[in-house]
Amino acid sequence: MNFLLIFILIPMLMMVGLFFANNRKQINLITLSGSVLLLLSAIGLTFLYLHQRAIGNTAEMLFITDVPWYPAFNIHFLVGVDGISVIMLLLSSIIVFASVLVSWKIDTMPKEYFIWFSLLSAGAFGFFISLDLFTLFFFLEMSLVPKFLLIGIWGSGKKEYSAFKLALMVMGGSVLVLFGILGIYYFSGAESMNLLELAKHTIPLNIQYYLFVSSFVGFGIIGAMFPFHSWVPDGHSSAPTSVSMFLSGISMKLGAYGAFRVAIFLLPEAAHQLAWIFLILAAFSVFYGAFTALAQTDLKYINAYASISHCGLLFFAFLIFNETAITGAFLQMISHGLITALFFATIGMIYSRTHTRMINDMNGLMKVIPFIGVSFTIAGLASLGLPGFSGFIAEMTIFVGAFQETDLLHRVLTLIAATSIVITAVYILRVVGKVLFGTITNKHHLEFADATWWERVSVIVLVIAIAGLGSAPMLFSNMINDSLQPVLNNLMR
Amino acid sequence: MNYSSFLQMQEELSLLVVIVILLIYDIFAGEKSLRFFQPVAIVLFSIHTILNCIPHHPFEIAGGMYHYVPMLTYVKTILNLGTLIIFLQSQHWLNGEESINRRGEFYFLTLSTLFGMYIMLSAGHFLLFIIGIETASIPMATLVAFNKYTHKSAEAGAKYILSSVFASGLSLFGISMIYGTTGTLYFDDLSGLLNGTPIELMAFVFFVVGLFFKISLVPFHLWTPDVYEGAPTNITSYLSVVSKGSAVFVLFTLFIKVFGNMIDQWQAILYGIIIISITLANLFAIRQQNMKRFLAFSSISQAGYLLLGVISGSATGMSSLVYYLLVYMFSNLAIFGVVSVIEDRTGKINIRDYNALYSTNPKLSMVMALALFSLAGIPPFAGFFSKFFIFSAAFQKGFYILVLIALINTIVSLYYYLLVVRAMFFNTNDHPVESIKSDVSLKISLIICTVAILLIGGFSVVYQQIALLGFGI
Repeated sequence: MNFLLIFILIPMLMMVGLFFANNRKQINLITLSGSVLLLLSAIGLTFLYLHQRAIGNTAEMLFITDVPWYPAFNIHFLVGVDGISVIMLLLSSIIVFASVLVSWKIDTMPKEYFIWFSLLSAGAFGFFISLDLFTLFFFLEMSLVPKFLLIGIWGSGKKEYSAFKLALMVMGGSVLVLFGILGIYYFSGAESMNLLELAKHTIPLNIQYYLFVSSFVGFGIIGAMFPFHSWVPDGHSSAPTSVSMFLSGISMKLGAYGAFRVAIFLLPEAAHQLAWIFLILAAFSVFYGAFTALAQTDLKYINAYASISHCGLLFFAFLIFNETAITGAFLQMISHGLITALFFATIGMIYSRTHTRMINDMNGLMKVIPFIGVSFTIAGLASLGLPGFSGFIAEMTIFVGAFQETDLLHRVLTLIAATSIVITAVYILRVVGKVLFGTITNKHHLEFADATWWERVSVIVLVIAIAGLGSAPMLFSNMINDSLQPVLNNLMR
Repeated sequence: MNYSSFLQMQEELSLLVVIVILLIYDIFAGEKSLRFFQPVAIVLFSIHTILNCIPHHPFEIAGGMYHYVPMLTYVKTILNLGTLIIFLQSQHWLNGEESINRRGEFYFLTLSTLFGMYIMLSAGHFLLFIIGIETASIPMATLVAFNKYTHKSAEAGAKYILSSVFASGLSLFGISMIYGTTGTLYFDDLSGLLNGTPIELMAFVFFVVGLFFKISLVPFHLWTPDVYEGAPTNITSYLSVVSKGSAVFVLFTLFIKVFGNMIDQWQAILYGIIIISITLANLFAIRQQNMKRFLAFSSISQAGYLLLGVISGSATGMSSLVYYLLVYMFSNLAIFGVVSVIEDRTGKINIRDYNALYSTNPKLSMVMALALFSLAGIPPFAGFFSKFFIFSAAFQKGFYILVLIALINTIVSLYYYLLVVRAMFFNTNDHPVESIKSDVSLKISLIICTVAILLIGGFSVVYQQIALLGFGI
């Protein structure tokens, strides 16, 4: 049996186990052991991958399993990983582990909550390991039902509106992606839906235009690129904490990852021709997200707009088409995934104590809940790109890559995108100053208890990961670099 | 004449045997032994279903009047399964005070319509085809008016029979023109003769309207919401699955067999019909408050998706059509099962009444939600696979814009299916539907549907079996 299937099997077994669980203890045991196992398997997979590379295995994808599924449409159940997928799996398992701990004490319908949460994570894991267009799409779309129900049932605020908005917009994205996928399959003339096989075929340029726009916009909606971002602020802020962590930490990355793996990799000529349009949109979404975050007063909205800004940077970096920038983009994916998860986790912890997310209602929380306060500050500093944390490495690499392109358009757009760094610093420092420091005005806030053990474990894991990536990025950037070559070759043809 | 060749029509004959046994049992059995009527009916029909689920070699009898192709066995099996599930779901309703004396009629009439559909599917001659379609429609109208003392049911029955007769009349007019231009009504002879001259085109349009009416496509759909609302719920589900399914398949085979040379013309007609059917039905479905009207519009738009398989005219199109039919049958019947049990026990039928259903009836609402997601085409449920294949089949033949429009419409359909999910899971209700204890047969039917929705997609063997027998232009 292939090692990769573990990543789909564990969430499925968790679902089955949870279905038959009948008390809180069993539920906790199943979710915790499942998420620990996922984390361990992801770490194990990383070592296995490095070992394979060390002994000189230079195949494009490793650990491939290829089972024909629907031969009539050349659909195979095809999984395999390269360095990029391995680190995405690692990221996902860290976030799943942290989110399970954060929602440890959820009190309404815990069983159903974790069943849907497991399905959500199965979709993400499956997406990162699939190499077949159909399987890829299958897993991408699978997360729709759990997202809708998790936000609608367990969310807060205007949760129904947000759940509907998210479900319909993500469905819109999927529909465009599906159109692109059908087009790629039928126009390439390939007898296969295998990504690597399809990359060898060339689709006529005039058709590539349509397919590229369709699939890139589709993935852009899922990845929240301007002007298709509007589901993000509502969706993220209405979702329960762990789902917010998952949505902005992993789900938004599915869009960027898919845009890279499908739209750019399989339609390189059109990507070159049309890059400028989306480059402008992406650069604007970097600026726009940061600028809008300035005006927000709800903690979750601030982080949601910050996510739009940081995820816009992913699309921006991919469309620059050079090795440095794309490496930076993948570093940014992990970095932003971890940082935003930490952010949402600490916001959730603050919210569960204060029952408000409005920054104007909070002062001086650092004195009563120092652990949460420090973690919140770390998330903020990492997000604004303080050296030593992962955010700095990732954004630095992207902007270095972007400055290598010397023409006017790239220069101007790079400058616009780079201003976001300054704006980010403004809104982060403002929030941290307002919420954590100063004197406590609300007397009720003096009674808060600091983080519990499960909250601490969750935060510590995320902080270690952020600091680890920040201080030793070479390991990861090497893994990414190893796997970029085929894509770059395809882009240059 | 060699009568033994008629023995080859084993599917029809075995159904006929079931009908006759049940009829005799109903008439001659005493009050006491009639208690076993329903179990006996279900067992007999299950045996019939199992005996006739393996395809055999193609043949024709009566000089081409009757045609058998292996694919028909699968289509008939789907119809059988649908009927069987409906039988299981209607137990409690039939045992009610009002209908207990008429349960014999229910089985007799339902199976007669099914027999008519069998004939219609296997016909190789327009006259036999019309006999089949009428055998299916007239008992159907009786079934629609089954609750004859309910105003709505009687009204629905009248509406159904009047529009059905009118549609058949149009069809017959079309057939008469076909006979006038070609001099034959055998499908085999006609295949080379119809070339799309103006009169043949007119004949085609008149003929096909009758079928469009049966499938309830826009603009021939106006009877659908009223009849669906008025008919007893189990009959509504029969109409929406079995009756519709057989008509779509027949449409496909006629198009490729008889009107094969007119492919450009019928593709153009279908192109328009598909777009307006899906779009209009979706828009109307959003505003519905009554669950049965809602499902009526949903089934009109699903019929539009079914036609995406027809328009390709290819073997892939046929197999994805049959597969879609199978998945649609399970999903729709799961929903109708839940709707019928709730209507039967509490009389509530509005979407508003479903508010907070999850708090009182978690299992029923879960089944319903899964089925709705399957209809909307969301993985990992079976509806995703069937939608993908049917889109794929149409895309393969170059209907790119059509596929895009249909795809965009899936967003709208997702919206209204989610409205029901919202009612069940998100909304609160001061007077929710009380906790329902469902009877065993309903449970069995819902379990069958749920398991099928969850597993058919993952196990590709179902589609592969169907794909082996697909044929097209």
